[in-house]
Amino acid sequence: MGNSILKKTEDISIVLCGEAGHGIQTVEQILTRLLKLSGFHIFATKEYMSRIRGGSNSTEIRVSSKRVSSLLNRIDILIPFDHAALKHVKKRISNETVILADREIIADKENNNDLNWIDVPFSRIASEIGGTIYTNILSAGIIAGLLRVGADALDHYIEQFFSPGDKNTIEKNRNAAKKGYEIAQELMNSGKIKIDVSRNADVTGEIIINGAEAVGIGAIAGGCNFISSYPMSPSTAVLTFLSRNARDFNLIAEQVEDEISAINMALGAWYAGGRAMVTTSGGGFALMEEAVGLAGMIESPMVIHLAQRPGPATGLPTRTEQGDLQLALYSGHGEFPRIIFAPGKLEDAVYLTHQAFNLADKYQIPVFILTDQYFMDSYYNMPSLNLSETRNTQYIEKTDQDYKRYRLSKNGISPRGIPGYGEGLVLADSDEHDEKGHITEDLDLRVEMVNKRLAKLIGITEEAIPPELVGREDYKSLIIGWGSTFHVICEAMENLGRTDVAFLHFKQVYPVHPGTLEYLRKAERIIMIEGNATCQFGSLVKITTGFDIKDKILKYNGIQFTVEEVTEQMKAILGQEE
Amino acid sequence: MSTERFDMGNIDMAWCPGCGNFGILKALKKALVEIDIKPEKLVIVSGIGQAAKIPHYLKTNIFNGLHGRALPPATAIKAVNPALTVIAESGDGDMYGEGGNHFIHAIRRNPDITNIIHNNMVYGLTKGQASPTSQSGFITPVQVNGTNSEPFNPIAVAISLDASFIARAFAGDYEQTKDIMKKAITHKGYSIVDILQLCVTFNKVNTYQWFKDHTYYLEDNYDPFDRTEAFKRAIEKDKFPLGIFYINPDKLCFNETLPVYSAGTTPLFRREMAIEKLVSLVNSKRAG
Repeated sequence: MGNSILKKTEDISIVLCGEAGHGIQTVEQILTRLLKLSGFHIFATKEYMSRIRGGSNSTEIRVSSKRVSSLLNRIDILIPFDHAALKHVKKRISNETVILADREIIADKENNNDLNWIDVPFSRIASEIGGTIYTNILSAGIIAGLLRVGADALDHYIEQFFSPGDKNTIEKNRNAAKKGYEIAQELMNSGKIKIDVSRNADVTGEIIINGAEAVGIGAIAGGCNFISSYPMSPSTAVLTFLSRNARDFNLIAEQVEDEISAINMALGAWYAGGRAMVTTSGGGFALMEEAVGLAGMIESPMVIHLAQRPGPATGLPTRTEQGDLQLALYSGHGEFPRIIFAPGKLEDAVYLTHQAFNLADKYQIPVFILTDQYFMDSYYNMPSLNLSETRNTQYIEKTDQDYKRYRLSKNGISPRGIPGYGEGLVLADSDEHDEKGHITEDLDLRVEMVNKRLAKLIGITEEAIPPELVGREDYKSLIIGWGSTFHVICEAMENLGRTDVAFLHFKQVYPVHPGTLEYLRKAERIIMIEGNATCQFGSLVKITTGFDIKDKILKYNGIQFTVEEVTEQMKAILGQEE
Repeated sequence: MSTERFDMGNIDMAWCPGCGNFGILKALKKALVEIDIKPEKLVIVSGIGQAAKIPHYLKTNIFNGLHGRALPPATAIKAVNPALTVIAESGDGDMYGEGGNHFIHAIRRNPDITNIIHNNMVYGLTKGQASPTSQSGFITPVQVNGTNSEPFNPIAVAISLDASFIARAFAGDYEQTKDIMKKAITHKGYSIVDILQLCVTFNKVNTYQWFKDHTYYLEDNYDPFDRTEAFKRAIEKDKFPLGIFYINPDKLCFNETLPVYSAGTTPLFRREMAIEKLVSLVNSKRAG
């Protein structure tokens, strides 16, 4: 120990950890873009406490020569901004982890000697530059230097990043970055750190987005022109994104008084010809539930982005979980059809959100996009997005004088008119209603209306997106996952390296694709992986297919599965033999 | 002028014989005809309750949503299609109780819609419990010792929040109610019309005679632009003033604050999504 030597090629995991207010997010923003522009594949994600200042938050940045898109447990380089940070990520620190820090300030007696320290006088240097607030940019400079992005490229990026702004501040940040870059060069010259991750010129021009942007882009692609929501972590970033782009895309973005107003407003928007969505999280969605039923009853399209966080109640407000699948599935009283998507890849969030608007409109039902904090806050680079696949269908029909909003039909779909377009009148009623839309207590008609609404399930199920099989068709064991765990499980599968194990990922979790049964029948052993305590998708699969999945890998401490965790737990269940 | 264009013909109505709702419906239809609103360009949004059934009794577009939730969809309907006339209409329990939060925030947001509240100071459809506007001491099957809460004063609340248009009518006075409605509907901004009415079945205290004894019309020389005077009148205890309490003609309405309408009022359903802008948005993610 104490040799402080790090030699890494291919894939490096960097973690910065400090208080809220230390500016770690700024470092994440700068490094992800700058390193991508330099030709590295990038993945970044964060975990943070529910507070504005203080605590311990961390950001992981993976820099790699090949595509990376999932959370690791391993830390190669750790930059702790304070003593608490070291404790916060303690479980992830190994003999291999190099800690770049003010050793005197950050370390304590317990762990002073058994860790791999590289002493960097952050606070002295930052103070010389203008104050400890420059520690974050100093750190960014060091990492940029270790990866040799070029001093000029760094300087240029930092200047651009802080412009327009106070000249003095820009100058000091440039100095901090420059100084960091020099420190990195010294570290490499001394042989303490040697990083050799190869670059790819094609990556430079790739796009880099996070989950919130992916949902937002998908919404715009889907013709979203109305979002009404109430801020709630971790769903707010979608509202922020659409608000920022409202002017360019003919979009009304309104922060409303509560979630009840949000979804009722969005229903009003659909009724009048808009394409509306809400973005929310557990407790906020719980408030919306009555109106999910309203969408069911008035056969209104609705798009609901539900970014999951651990509950019940306030739970862990800034953490992640896949705990609201059944909440979404059974939300709203009464019986009516719905669709639930759960993207695994960021790209999928774009396409699924786009599709959500069209399917909601086509079937006149609520469509959910189920993400979570991990998904919202994770970034990686990708070549591009195929926007030519995001065409929209216009389902609104011009009404005539005899128009009946709920005209009975075999497939359950009645042409959807809107007020003021055509000669007809458009009636929406939360009571059971007749074909026109007026209140009825004709109980035979009630049965017809229930049947009409539920008839849509046939079309919806036919259109269900099939699960994606990763691995060989002739598997013996089948891993099942859904939503945000996609990349983590894929990488764990690579680590496992077994040809007799395949992974089946569901990006549509309801209705469950009819082909699922066939996949399950073929497997000798099935393992369900879910970020919740009660195996919610497993229950749904059982209801749908009759298969009782016994092996489960579940996690519900508020942090996403790491690649190593999934690998180890799969090994434990599957054994070592192929 | 005939109200034929809004008439439903011979339909089964769920209101009790003698209900104040009939007078309000009649006044509303007449007001709409007199200001020449076409049924297909009008949307009436309501919640739940006996008053909330009113959209079913006139021929127009209706959005009869959830209890207490008429104002959010009404706001959105006007926001998405400014060419529509939008009226949110429901009872006192729906608008002031279940939907109280939306009432407050609709005033702040100031959508160009009209909010008509049937205020009979009692819950009808759930059979006679106290409403937010029930007078103190009002005895019901639930409030067996009389209501122990102070009645909600929508007029005072609205004036305190500088609402755009605030009036109170009495359903027993057809002409005046109709005239107030016409002014409210043609007013640009969020206009509130609280209509005192009888509940012949469940409210034996606030009878026709009681309202006659406990109301008076604001004088001809009353200045509805004087907010302080309006507030004084709103909190009078002995008698409820009737008429237009307050108008603030200077407030921007919600749609006027929206960037989508900075260059014209084309309804959103007639607009195309700007795919080329989306392509450049995505491309902007290449540069960092």
